[in-house]
Amino acid sequence: MIATSIFGGLLIGLASVCLMLFAGRIAGISSIVYRAIFQLKFESWALTFVIGLVLGPLLVAALNGPAAPVFDLAWWQVALGGLLVGFGSRLGSGCTSGHGVCGISRGSARSVVATLTFMVTGVITVFIMGMVL
Amino acid sequence: MMIYLTALATGAMFGAGLVVSGMTDPANIQGFLDVTGAWRPHLALVMIAAIAVALPFFQWVLPRLSKPVYGASFLAPLSTAIDQRLVLGAAIFGIGWGVSGLCPGPAIAGIAYLEPQIFGFLAAMLIGMRLADRLLSPSAKA
Repeated sequence: MIATSIFGGLLIGLASVCLMLFAGRIAGISSIVYRAIFQLKFESWALTFVIGLVLGPLLVAALNGPAAPVFDLAWWQVALGGLLVGFGSRLGSGCTSGHGVCGISRGSARSVVATLTFMVTGVITVFIMGMVL
Repeated sequence: MMIYLTALATGAMFGAGLVVSGMTDPANIQGFLDVTGAWRPHLALVMIAAIAVALPFFQWVLPRLSKPVYGASFLAPLSTAIDQRLVLGAAIFGIGWGVSGLCPGPAIAGIAYLEPQIFGFLAAMLIGMRLADRLLSPSAKA
């Protein structure tokens, strides 16, 4: 668990470095997905990144055997979670990757504030769900 | 052409990292956020490891480079304002992250599992993005 977390994190960090080094772009997934869907005319590379993002797990499954996680969320969690994640990442200009990895690494105070904020509200949300559900 | 190959390869590396690290499992994310319950702290290592690789590059290597290997220039966010919009957006994002245990990267990577809940999440996420656009336009566009 510890070794795979670190190894996975290293891959994410290396991918973020390579995207900036070779293409000059920040690996912020919410923005990349937004561009791939809504602004493809201007940033067509975003779609190939998104395709890669799906191919990566397939590659791991091919090497390691398939190990799909169990998705047993309630459908209200899926719908509400998706809506808030989409809305919040657009309003706050980033998500876990853009703010949490790239932004913090760039030394952006904005990203440090954003990351602390979504960590805190995430913890509070899970705490409340634990009390209520 | 090379920028597309770069995007494909880095996307694949990123997606592999998400799976290997356990980020694509909502139970892991919610376990990580459940600090007062059955806390699973190991996902913090994912972020620390990613930053350990990216921070030295962004701090010490990138400033010495004039342009990317393929492409005209390095593009980075210009805004430095810590405003209501940033904090409110991040706060809302965190609530959605906690509710579902999913964020944009793992949700896209999760397409590989052909899991109906992933597609439902992505559809809701795109609607949420568009709602934010509607709220923000035409005054402020990111």
